Amino acid sequence: MDLLEYQGKQLFARHGLKVSSGEAVGSVADAVRAANAIGYPVVVKAQVLIGGRGKAGGVKIARDESEVAEHAERILGMDIRGHTVRTLWIEHASDIASEYYAAVLLDRSAKRPLVIFSVEGGVEIEEVAEHSPDKLVRRHVDPLGALTRAEALDIAAAAGADEDLREGVADALVALYEVWSEEDATLAEINPLIVTPQREVRALDAKVSLDGNALYRHPENQGLSDRENQDEIERRAAEEGVQYVKLDGDIGVLGNGAGLVMSTLDVVARAGGSPANFLDAGGGSDAQKIRQAVELILANDAVKAVLFNIFGGITRCDEVARGLIAAFAEISPQVPFVVRLDGTNDREGRRLLEEAALPNVHTAKTMNEAAEMVVALAADKGVGAAA
Amino acid sequence: MSILVDEGTRLAVAGMTGREGSFHTLNNRRYGTNVVGGVTPGKGGQDLEGIPVFDTFEQAMREVQPNTAMIFVPPRFAAESILEAAAAGVQLVIAITEGIPAHDELRVSYLLERDHPASRLIGPNCPGVLSPAKANVGIIPAAFFKQGNVGVVSRSGTLTYQIGNEISQAGFGCSTIVGIGGDPVPGSSFVDVLDLFQADEQTELVVMAGEIGGSAEEEAADFIAEHLSKPVVAYIAGFTAPPGKQMGHAGAIVSGGSGTAAAKARALESRGVRVGRTPTEVAQIAVEALGGAPLPAS
Repeated sequence: MDLLEYQGKQLFARHGLKVSSGEAVGSVADAVRAANAIGYPVVVKAQVLIGGRGKAGGVKIARDESEVAEHAERILGMDIRGHTVRTLWIEHASDIASEYYAAVLLDRSAKRPLVIFSVEGGVEIEEVAEHSPDKLVRRHVDPLGALTRAEALDIAAAAGADEDLREGVADALVALYEVWSEEDATLAEINPLIVTPQREVRALDAKVSLDGNALYRHPENQGLSDRENQDEIERRAAEEGVQYVKLDGDIGVLGNGAGLVMSTLDVVARAGGSPANFLDAGGGSDAQKIRQAVELILANDAVKAVLFNIFGGITRCDEVARGLIAAFAEISPQVPFVVRLDGTNDREGRRLLEEAALPNVHTAKTMNEAAEMVVALAADKGVGAAA
Repeated sequence: MSILVDEGTRLAVAGMTGREGSFHTLNNRRYGTNVVGGVTPGKGGQDLEGIPVFDTFEQAMREVQPNTAMIFVPPRFAAESILEAAAAGVQLVIAITEGIPAHDELRVSYLLERDHPASRLIGPNCPGVLSPAKANVGIIPAAFFKQGNVGVVSRSGTLTYQIGNEISQAGFGCSTIVGIGGDPVPGSSFVDVLDLFQADEQTELVVMAGEIGGSAEEEAADFIAEHLSKPVVAYIAGFTAPPGKQMGHAGAIVSGGSGTAAAKARALESRGVRVGRTPTEVAQIAVEALGGAPLPAS
């Protein structure tokens, strides 16, 4: 679960990390009111879960009321690479002497928390890693403990932070690690971690991902999700507990098992099509669940054809067929379906579908055949004898 | 031979008395797996169709000496259950449970390494391990797999069934199928399992099915180049996955441009591993490498 900048900063503040004071607002009037209370100059920052906000014009400095109104008006509702801006973060503009980088993340291959720090911040950290890897200090931390002050000071020194700043950097690193470990984060990143002309170290941005599987331990974080900025169908799917990811194409896809669904998307793309979504129906597939899934897929107006790719293990193909037949009776979809049933009780499933003779539902035996059929149908070319 | 589970397996199941746990335990026993007990705190003394239930792994160890544990308990209790099994001396722990917090998985990995280096964890969030005709521990539908010489290791369940089924239909079988799971911190990696397959006499070829996220496939590529004399055929799912989106599995996410399917396929191919672009192609390459008749085009 990725947090917006301001949500991340609120978590930071809770753990003693220094951030600029600010306010999250959703309207021009509130932006002006917040800016007047905070004091000028302020920064008006679009709250979206995508990088490159600055380049897209989503981050602006305002020196007075009219500038705040002007920027807020322009940024609210702006589309930044597919993300609509619904919230602005207004904070006091900081004077910046230097920009550092700090992060705590999950090092999957070492199976350890990893602290990364660099005195070269404010740029893409991947670039620093590539061009001057010596400027990047990386330290694994014992997952049972905390980042100690001594370790943090050592990291600051190893990275070449100015001597008078090492205490401030160590404070920030210890607090950042606390955010990571106590909030069950999988990523806690500050880029940039700034040094002010007064030699104060402060987080100017916040990128935090929390582990959805651990939310039960953090009831206070449950409301924090990115839902306000999420795609409408994804939001609905999350509420219904369905694994759904919206994509750019026009072929709806449903399968059982995350790996098989990912593979299905790839096979559709190879057949020349473009998937409209990822949807993992998981195990067990009663009519109710199938109907819910079909409704989610069809809620996307771009969908021109739908592919069901089921390899039945524990999931029985006849149950999927019954579910689909029941779903059709209730919602009569207007687009063609291709259904590939293989595995447990596949013959029975295919027989049920043929018997039901659902309008515009085609069956396929293999994944590749199914992909080709659905791509042809989405392109309105028909499937010939295969129907 | 085969790896991890076989006729010598003595299985104890944590969470055996639950709905899913009991269903799959009995399924495993019907397949021929020697299920010696179950562990559910507070239910010691009961039984599931003759399989005794114990309160703790320690008791189970005293009474029935399991060498393998299967974890079916809900996510918030799973970490303790895994550690308890290892502490009781169970050498192989297979965790099916999905949804365990990543920090718990980190802690489990760390403690297993530090305190129980002889124990091996497979999973969590995995379908288990099947050695056809010998033993099935987990939820893999055994009907699709015959005994043979192909080792399979995968981060995904149904994708594995898909590939395994195509291999079976071509007339080939499997030594062992290992699901390592879709979480960010798996107990065993591709490298760990490849190492076992290399040492296994029955296994002549390995199929590995990876997916986006992390760098386990890249590490496997290096390991294969250095340590494997047996051919490996790979598959990677998620070429069309957009960055920053979690694709079902907790670990399946392209973050900051790393963990892409294309990069994984490139890493494997640069090390001489053939990568099939569809599950069908993977099976075809595997069958060809084994000297069998190529599959009919489908």
